[in-house]
Amino acid sequence: MGAHAISKEDLFHGTIAEFTDPDEILVAAQKVREAGYTHVDAYTPFPIHGLDEALGFEDTRIKWIIGLAGVIGFAAGMGLQAYVNLVDYPMNVGGRPNFSWPSFIPVAYECTILFAGLAAFFGALALNGLPRPNHPIFNANRFELASQSSFFLCVEGTDPQFDKTEVKKLLEGLNPLQVSDVYGDEPEGQE
Amino acid sequence: MASLPTNIEQLVEGKYSYKSLDELLGSLVFDQSKHGKRWFGFFAAGFFGVGLLLLSIVWLLYQGIGVWGNNQPVGWGFDIINFVWWIGIGHAGTLISAVLLLLRQQWRNSINRFAEAMTLFAVMCAGLYPLLHTGRPWVAYWLFPYPNVLGMWPQFRSPLIWDVFAVSTYITISALFWFFGLIPDFATMRDRSIKLWQKKVWGALAMGWRGSMKHWRRYEDAYLILAGLSTPLVLSVHSIVSFDFAVSIVPGWNVTLFPPYFVAGAVFAGFAMVITFAIPIRKWYGLQDVITEKHLDWMAKIMLATGLIVFYGYVMEMFFAWYSGNPFELYLKENRMGGPYSWAFWALWFCNGLAPQILWFPKMRQNKVVLFFICQLVSIGMWLERFVIIPMSLHRDYLPSAWGMYTPTMWDIMMFAGTIGMFIMFMFLFIRFVPLINIFEMKDLLLRIKHDPHAGDHAHGDHHEVAVVAVAKENQ
Repeated sequence: MGAHAISKEDLFHGTIAEFTDPDEILVAAQKVREAGYTHVDAYTPFPIHGLDEALGFEDTRIKWIIGLAGVIGFAAGMGLQAYVNLVDYPMNVGGRPNFSWPSFIPVAYECTILFAGLAAFFGALALNGLPRPNHPIFNANRFELASQSSFFLCVEGTDPQFDKTEVKKLLEGLNPLQVSDVYGDEPEGQE
Repeated sequence: MASLPTNIEQLVEGKYSYKSLDELLGSLVFDQSKHGKRWFGFFAAGFFGVGLLLLSIVWLLYQGIGVWGNNQPVGWGFDIINFVWWIGIGHAGTLISAVLLLLRQQWRNSINRFAEAMTLFAVMCAGLYPLLHTGRPWVAYWLFPYPNVLGMWPQFRSPLIWDVFAVSTYITISALFWFFGLIPDFATMRDRSIKLWQKKVWGALAMGWRGSMKHWRRYEDAYLILAGLSTPLVLSVHSIVSFDFAVSIVPGWNVTLFPPYFVAGAVFAGFAMVITFAIPIRKWYGLQDVITEKHLDWMAKIMLATGLIVFYGYVMEMFFAWYSGNPFELYLKENRMGGPYSWAFWALWFCNGLAPQILWFPKMRQNKVVLFFICQLVSIGMWLERFVIIPMSLHRDYLPSAWGMYTPTMWDIMMFAGTIGMFIMFMFLFIRFVPLINIFEMKDLLLRIKHDPHAGDHAHGDHHEVAVVAVAKENQ
């Protein structure tokens, strides 16, 4: 595996700017977007309203996943009861219909909510790629404050128009607390 | 933004920053010296209760349901009374977490996590009863529709099976909702940890959360939908529990009012329990700035409102019993008012009907001793309500020759005390080892207060006058 040495630049992840106010990072995000960068992410202690719009990010897949899971849940609940009462073990109770669907609603309803809730939890984690114990961004300077009191904006190196000096200039112009480069960890087994 | 209360700045007292919020709320766990002898006293009491619980469960499994007071005609006694009591208490947590979120009530931010934890522990206590009261709990899995060679399925048309699905779903979704809300705070705890082993524990729980904007987007969507799912869930669970009674034909049980009346009663009892914990906790851990008097005031109002709905239910039951002209329903009315258990009925009307009316007076709502005491009366009253519904309707129904009396045994009482002990133990463990207030939501609230156009109005107390005066001085 260690046939070629990995240079530091191969591990470059992006450049970050740290802000202490959510309004500052919103403005900064808009400016970065206007400058044409698309591979941008922000790291904040709580969700900032409008930040995803400012960075042009949208992902509605979770809603579809949850909706689909709910439909499957309902179908499963109804289907199970229909199978039991129509096919496998029908019971004639006072001539009442086998498919007495009103009495099947509570179980089917709970199954809907169960499936949808499980999908919401596991789906959101899966789409976010979590659990993921490590990520290059954790190496950013003062990044532990991202879950506490600071707001970080990161322009990633994979962006098509990325240029270190240009990005650094742009970010410094936004009046952050600091601007620094972020590098990933060296892989295991390298000397 | 139009749905924010105009007095949003009253939700956090004093000047706080994100840093100071981290300090205040994180220190609840990091600064273990905050939990002294008092914590240990409550934990020990809870632990003792768990001992009683284990003892009563073991004896029950060994000897059978005969050790309880259940008998014919009263086939359901303390077991089902306590089941419904605990489940009802759990509903306030979900209401605060989910319903208040959907209604954009920012005041939920400081109370929702420990209310949701309360739900989890209450449902755990509740769940013991349906499991153990089956008589052969070791085959309780028969209640679930699994493929088997017995040629057997559960009776899907029975509310007892609807209960199995409803309560299982409720505990699962509550646990997921609670844990989901904790993930970003686990990340905060991870990043504030100094000792490596703590960092690792919090880090494992945080699952690598880094606060990415993309993650927050999906997180918020999922969280909102979970809240949207939890709301009908809470309504359906207690409605289904009420169906355990409402679908039967016993007078006092066959009441169409039951589903909304049970749900309102659950919210009533649950808020009483939330306030019971909120009043001492905010004092002992110095959280008065985030769980403010306004919070207590609003919770008291919700309690009063739901108490009125419940009381309306009591009055209506008696009215319909009389108005129906049905001799069995008429006897129900007589038995409740003057029969052998009428003491419970009148105590119920006092605890749930009369006593909470004192909360109409703002001075009484603000008096924490009065409020705390009323909450205890409400908890007792809600227990009495289930007593009036269950044993009192069963012990004298259609045929006088089938009438009997119900007396709980020491094992009934011990198990109930044991579940209370378990609840206390889990709550205090939660208070000590998990951030009991939602840190990131409090920071979000702080930002909203900052952006609120009404912040800084003179009408709302000294704290903001300081800020306003400071700004005025600067501008001079």
